[in-house]
Amino acid sequence: MTEGKASPDTEPASARSMAWGPRLGWDRGALARRVTALPRPVKWALIGLVVVLLYALPLLEIPIVSTPDTDFGGVLFTVASYVLVALGLNIVLGYAGLLDLGYVGFYAIGAYTVAVLGSLQAQLSWWLLIPLAVVLTTISGILLGAPTLRVRGDYLAIVTLGFGEIIRLTALNTEWLGAAKGITGVPRPPSVELFEVPHLKWEGATAVVDLDDTTRFLFFGVADQTPYYWLTLTVIFLVLGADRMLRLSRIGRGWEATREDEDAAELMGVPTFKFKLLAFACGAFIGGLSGALFASRQGFINPESFLLLLSILFVAAVVVGGAGNRWGVILGAVVVAYLPERFRGFEEWRLLVFGLALLLLANFRPQGLIPPRRAKRAQAVDEQLEALEEGTARA
Amino acid sequence: MSFLIDNFVELTVTGLVLGAVYGLVALGYTLVYGVLQLINFAHSEVWMFGSFAAVWVTVALGVAPGSALPVVIGVLLLALLAAMTVSGGVALLLERVAYRRLIRLDAPKLVALISAIGASFALAEIMGLRDRVAGWFGLRDTLDPYVRSARDNTRFQNPLETEGVFTVGGYTVSNVDIIIIVSAILMMVALDQFIRRTRTGRGIRAVAQDSEAAALMGVNRNRIIRATFLVGGIMAGAAALLYLMRFGVTRWNAGFLLGVKAFTAAVLGGIGNVRGALLGGFILGLAENYGSALIGSEWRDVVAFLLLVVILLFRPTGLLGESLGRARA
Repeated sequence: MTEGKASPDTEPASARSMAWGPRLGWDRGALARRVTALPRPVKWALIGLVVVLLYALPLLEIPIVSTPDTDFGGVLFTVASYVLVALGLNIVLGYAGLLDLGYVGFYAIGAYTVAVLGSLQAQLSWWLLIPLAVVLTTISGILLGAPTLRVRGDYLAIVTLGFGEIIRLTALNTEWLGAAKGITGVPRPPSVELFEVPHLKWEGATAVVDLDDTTRFLFFGVADQTPYYWLTLTVIFLVLGADRMLRLSRIGRGWEATREDEDAAELMGVPTFKFKLLAFACGAFIGGLSGALFASRQGFINPESFLLLLSILFVAAVVVGGAGNRWGVILGAVVVAYLPERFRGFEEWRLLVFGLALLLLANFRPQGLIPPRRAKRAQAVDEQLEALEEGTARA
Repeated sequence: MSFLIDNFVELTVTGLVLGAVYGLVALGYTLVYGVLQLINFAHSEVWMFGSFAAVWVTVALGVAPGSALPVVIGVLLLALLAAMTVSGGVALLLERVAYRRLIRLDAPKLVALISAIGASFALAEIMGLRDRVAGWFGLRDTLDPYVRSARDNTRFQNPLETEGVFTVGGYTVSNVDIIIIVSAILMMVALDQFIRRTRTGRGIRAVAQDSEAAALMGVNRNRIIRATFLVGGIMAGAAALLYLMRFGVTRWNAGFLLGVKAFTAAVLGGIGNVRGALLGGFILGLAENYGSALIGSEWRDVVAFLLLVVILLFRPTGLLGESLGRARA
C-alpha cells in the first residue's frame, strides 16, 4: 500500500507488489524460491554452514566486519543479546501488535534477579538463577499485563513506558537492590575448560593462525567474551525454534487475528485478552532470559544499565527490521547494535548518525528492511482491490 | 506526613508552576495526537530548542539582573518571541522531515513513531555537538558564548529578579511563580478560543474528527497539519521561557524527561483534549510534589508514573476524555 500510493497508476498493480526485490538490485522472491527448491540434504548443509560460520565469527576476525576499537567478541555478544531481546519484543510488538515501550523493565528484572540472588542477598548457583530469573520475569509480565492489557493502543505504550521507569527507579532507590552503586560480583556461568581455540590474524588478504591470541573453550572469564557470545547464540537458536513453532500454531494465528482486528477476532471466538497476555508473558520470558545473560556476562550491574533509551532502541530494532518477520527483526537488531559499535571511532557523532539513519529508514523503508510475508500479501491484495474499485468507478 | 502539612502551600505553588510547564508542553502532544493520532516523540526537542533560543537572546543582550523594569520586560518579551519562533520553526521542520512523507503514504503509526524517535535523537545530538558544528564554519571563537561546553548545563540569566509578593502559610509566593501560572492559564484560554472560534481552529477540529470528510468539505488537510505543528511548537517555546525563569538551567538532553512527563500529563487529561492538557499538567505537578513530600523526593518519578497507571486503569481515556474533534464551537 505504501509503495502504491507513491507512484500512482504508473505501473500495473502486479508489478508494484513485487517492487521490493528489484529495488535492491535483485529479486528476493526468486532467490528464496531457488533456496527452497534445493534438495533437502543440500539445504541442511547450507544451514549447517551458516550456523558454523556464525559460531566461528569471533575467531575469524574478518577485516572490515571486525571492530578495530573494541573487543570483537564483546561486540558480538552485545549484538547477540540485542537479537535475543528483539526476538522477544517481536512476539509482543510484531505478532500481537502491542506497543511496549518498557521492555527494558523485563530485561532489568532478569538481570536483577541473577545479581541480587546470586551475589547481594544470597549465593545461589548459576544453574538455579537462570530459571528463577526467567520465571520471575514471566510472572511480572503477567502481573503487568493483566490490568494494563485492557488499555488499548497508545495508552498501553505510555503505561509500559511508566512500568520500565518504575522498575529502574525502584532499583535505584532501594538499598536491598543495591541502589545507585549497583551490584558487583554477579555469578558467571560455570566454566568447563576443555581446550584452546586460536584466532585468525589478517595480513592483507591472507589469514594467519595466531597462536598467541586464543580463546579458552567455555571459560567464562572477564577478558575474553567470546564464550558468552557462543552461549547467547545457542540460546538464540533455541528461541528461534520455539518462535517458529508458536508462530505456526493456533496461538500464532490467534495473535495475528488479534493484531489485525481485535473486535473481529473476539467475534470469531478468539479469546483476545488471553492471547495478548500470553504474548506479554512470552515476551517477558525472553526479555528476562536476555537480561539474566547480560548480568552474568557483565559481572556488574547498576540502574544506569537499564535506561528508558534502551527500550526505545529495542523497539527501533524491531520496527527497522520489519515487525513480525523474525529474520527482519534479527537484521534490525544487528543494525541497531552493531553500527554504533563499529563506528565507535566517531564516538561523538555516532548517535547523531544513528538518529538520522532511523529517520531515513523509517521514511524510505516504512515496512522494515525485511517486511513480513503477510504484509506483502496484504499489500498486493490492497492494490488489487484498489484497481478493482477504480475500474468500476471508471466504467 | 508532617512535612507535607508544614509545607503544603509551598508544595502546592511549586507543583502548579511545574504543572503549568508540563501543561504547555503537553499541548503539543495533544494537538498532534488529536489531528494525526500519532505520538510526536520529538516534541520534547522542540521545547529544548526554544529554551536555548531564550538563553541565547539573554546572552546576546547581556542584561544584568536589577535593570530598569521596561528593559527587563523588553528582554523577556524578545526572549519569548525568539523561543516561540525557534520552537515553531523546529516543529515545522519536524513535520516536513519526519512526518510529511509518512502521512502521505499512510504508513503504520509505529513507523511514524520510529521516524520521530530518529528525529529526536538527531535534534538533541546536534544541540549537544553545536560547538563542533560551529567549528565547521570556522565560527567557534566568534560564537563562543553560545556554543561553549555544549554537553554541560547551560545557565539562563533571568533578567527579572525574583521578589516575594505575598506570604501564605509560611511560603512567600514570588512574582515569577505568579507570572508562570497566570501566563500558562492565559495561553491555554487563548488557545482554546483559537481552536473554538477561528477558521483554522475549525479546520483543526474538522480534521481531528474525520480527515477524509474534512478534505471533502474543502479543508486543506496538509495546511491544517502544519498549523497544528506550528501552534504546538509556539506553546512549547513559551513553556521553555517560563521553565527557564523558574529553574534557570537547560541542556541538550533536558527535553527527554520533560517530554515524557508532558506526554504523561497529556494522557492524564485525555490525549487530544486541549483543556485536559493543562488540567493533566497541574495534577501531575501537584501529585509529584505531594508524593515526593510524603515518601521522599527520590520517588518523584515513580509517583508520576503510578498515578498515570492508576488513572488509566479506572478511566482509560484520561480525565476529560479524548475529544479535540468534539469540542463544541
